Amino acid sequence: MSATTSIGVRLENLLGTSRVILHDEELREYAVDGVMPGAIVQPTSAAEIVELVRFAASDGLSLIATGSRSKMDFGMPPARYDFAVDLRGLQQIAHYDAGDMTLSVDAGMPLRVLEKVLSEKQQFLPLAVPCYETSTVGGAVASGIDSVLRQQYGSVRDYLIGAEFIDGKGAFCKSGGRVVKNVSGYDLHKLLVGSLGTLGIITRLNFRTFPLPQVFGGFLAGFAEPREALVFRYSLENKGLPLANLELLNPEAVILTHRFLEKESQALPLDDEQGHWHVYASYEGSEALVQRISRELEELAREKDAIQGGELFSAVDAHLGGVLREAFDWLRWCAPSVALFRISLPQVSSADISRLQEIAAAAGLRSALFMRAACTIYFAVLAEQEHLSSIDALSKIAEEVFTIVDAKQGSAILLHAPQTLKQRMNVWGARRLDFPMMERVKCAFDPKNIFSPGRFVGGL
Amino acid sequence: MTSSLVQELTSLLGASNVLHQPEDLILYEYDGSVEKGRPDTVVFPRTTEEVSSTIRLAAKHQIPIVGRGAGTGLSGGALARTGGLMIVFARMNRILEIDIANRSAVVQPGVVNLDITRAVEHAGLYFAPDPSSQKSCTIGGNVAENAGGPHTLANGVTVNHITALEMVMPDGEIVRIGSKQGDSTGYDLCGLFVGSEGTLSLVTEITVKLTRKAEAIKTLLAIFDRVDDASHTVVDITARGITPAACEMVDGWTLRTIEDYIHAGFPRDSAAILLIELEGLTEAAEGQAVAIEDVCKLHHAREVRVAKDAKERELLWKGRKNAFGALGRLAPSNYVLDGVIPRSKLPIALQRIQEIGEKYGFSIGNIFHAGDGNLHPIVLYDPRDETALKKAITASEEIIRYCVELGGALTGEHGIGMEKSELMPLLFSDADLDLMKRVHDAFNPDSSLNPGKIFPANKGCGEIRIKGTHLSAGSSK
Repeated sequence: MSATTSIGVRLENLLGTSRVILHDEELREYAVDGVMPGAIVQPTSAAEIVELVRFAASDGLSLIATGSRSKMDFGMPPARYDFAVDLRGLQQIAHYDAGDMTLSVDAGMPLRVLEKVLSEKQQFLPLAVPCYETSTVGGAVASGIDSVLRQQYGSVRDYLIGAEFIDGKGAFCKSGGRVVKNVSGYDLHKLLVGSLGTLGIITRLNFRTFPLPQVFGGFLAGFAEPREALVFRYSLENKGLPLANLELLNPEAVILTHRFLEKESQALPLDDEQGHWHVYASYEGSEALVQRISRELEELAREKDAIQGGELFSAVDAHLGGVLREAFDWLRWCAPSVALFRISLPQVSSADISRLQEIAAAAGLRSALFMRAACTIYFAVLAEQEHLSSIDALSKIAEEVFTIVDAKQGSAILLHAPQTLKQRMNVWGARRLDFPMMERVKCAFDPKNIFSPGRFVGGL
Repeated sequence: MTSSLVQELTSLLGASNVLHQPEDLILYEYDGSVEKGRPDTVVFPRTTEEVSSTIRLAAKHQIPIVGRGAGTGLSGGALARTGGLMIVFARMNRILEIDIANRSAVVQPGVVNLDITRAVEHAGLYFAPDPSSQKSCTIGGNVAENAGGPHTLANGVTVNHITALEMVMPDGEIVRIGSKQGDSTGYDLCGLFVGSEGTLSLVTEITVKLTRKAEAIKTLLAIFDRVDDASHTVVDITARGITPAACEMVDGWTLRTIEDYIHAGFPRDSAAILLIELEGLTEAAEGQAVAIEDVCKLHHAREVRVAKDAKERELLWKGRKNAFGALGRLAPSNYVLDGVIPRSKLPIALQRIQEIGEKYGFSIGNIFHAGDGNLHPIVLYDPRDETALKKAITASEEIIRYCVELGGALTGEHGIGMEKSELMPLLFSDADLDLMKRVHDAFNPDSSLNPGKIFPANKGCGEIRIKGTHLSAGSSK
């Protein structure tokens, strides 16, 4: 009996044969950066996951928790990957008190299904993440991917109020609670956000919910130069306007967005032929508030000499907003080889943006850039071929990006990169000085290193 | 404590920065809670390096260490439960950097909360967390306890406004976590260390986010003849998805005491008031004010007043924030509790608190952050009467147990500290506490930093593995 078969049989003993998958064809679908699991398990309760983790811990096996698997290209290839734990069998809403605006939901719940439940009570969760149609709540939190609504609602750590998870010893643990204010004990659930499943298997998450806005608005303005677009963007922030999303797009990002809008046969608010930079703002609230923000945006666009711009019709805005929400997803696949960075800088200047574009241009490559809430930049360098020369170029570009960002005391990660590029460099960049602190956290949660080993920062 | 350690500390920090005579130490055995714990020595370092060297010395002598800011804490977090060395950050009180463009500031832990706002308000900015003690509490203490305040309902608590920390670990190592812009690669270490109550590290430098002042602020005073109507109003405001910047409730007994002292304009004949603040663009604040006024009237508010100017607004808030001082007129001491409940349970919770008060023979006042379900029942007592104090503590435990039964939590903003370490099992299982302990031990393996806090002693988590007078948990009660 081979080792893999042995694991499969023992997993079947735990869960029954119908919820353990051993066929190669399906195993391939759960591969992470080319590394295939030996089995896939489909638990339906936290108690079953406790047993699975205890089995893994006692036998020194490694496992990766999965949801819809839309963001499995995050991080480095796993050092070991014995079996996948598909959490989509955990889909219950354990508690939803609309009057209290708090929610406790299983990790495998798809965001789209949850949205429907909350909307019946005129509420929502501002987790507007890419791959929205398939993403699960747990995956959205574990991946740490930005919500496109971060500008107004903050990042998920700001509205995640508690969690239940299985630690590396196979113990069912919880942190936080179901109230909106709570300082009882260590806030361990905050560590789970963006941890890529390396600390535990999240089984349930508690959130505060938000009221659905009554009215939505969208505005788009075009500028000839990046400096002008940035001035407009910062002016908007300095006015203190409550914007749900605020994006700056470089001309290549405009072209790509245009292409995706065209695919959906939608009206095209973006002019992609003039090489303009665009700033997009969405906003929501009462009728009076939305009107006021639209008015201010129009005045500011005039004052800052926007070449084109104006308020968007609601249907157009909804589609543009949706395409921009999905930008991370389609950027990954819009060229044969793509290096997609997420860059965070204390203050972004037009020189910073120009520098990034120049690095790509010097290698003869196109680059699309989206600047979002909290000065976060999504920067995609597009290579038209998968040749070694393209990987050489992307590798050199990545090194330069990490160097520039480090010098400015920012942070950068390669959210997506071809596997061949990952073989050459670490997508998390150089180890930071606080890495030993992270090692201690990892060791406390997962002493036997069974959760997604090797995928996270510094090989954790 | 050995005289050689005192000598070494004096040599390191200077005689004026070391206290060790019993009469000098009395002040440091108290905070704002009912707990006590006297340190053997108190030091006042001025730099991170001095903190590091001090900790190394204490480690060499195997002496426990506790950090302290202004000593305004309400859970015994900054008390030396097992004696030892207290590091007071009062003299590390400089604002090191203000970056208006990036809306951030770098400050030392001894900076008073309100002084951050005072330093940046000229640019239309402020530091959002506003505990009632903000005129005296320090940012280091706010970080340790993850402090809240009335305006955290919309703006979030301290952790939502901290982006980076410089810290000294129990072995004296100086480390930095987080980043200026807030996003940093890897685990959210700031999320862990903020609120860790000085049990994992001592914070020596803090990068805070600054918030832009709102264009419009509207402050409403809703007056009720029945407590139940006021609490149902809060439930209804939440259920309608209206999030005010603040939503505070004061019951009649408490507001009369405040009014006698502050003259804030609270009607003495009312059963309860709600102090509700709305912030944002004018359209948003006004729209919400109209909606809230409607809700108040629906629940039989006798009157809803809108503060007509900044002066009236400040007076109302003065009444709210100085309430505890006002209560000092009624009894030698008061015990301010801190529990959290789901907001929809407010009416039954207030009723139960009243019943518990009657059971133990106390008049319990309520002045609290109603909008986020953060209760602050206040028990008045005479600390010279040991029986009264014991009864007050028993009553408070019963209230906190009830909060947990309702689906709430042990503390919303005061922290666990000494006060509630034995209550932790009400909320957390052995497995939860075991994981917390492993995280604790990953950074503070010998329990040399702030021993005897957060963890219940009977779980072995509060075990002190270094010198010091061991007090079993709760012995001060």
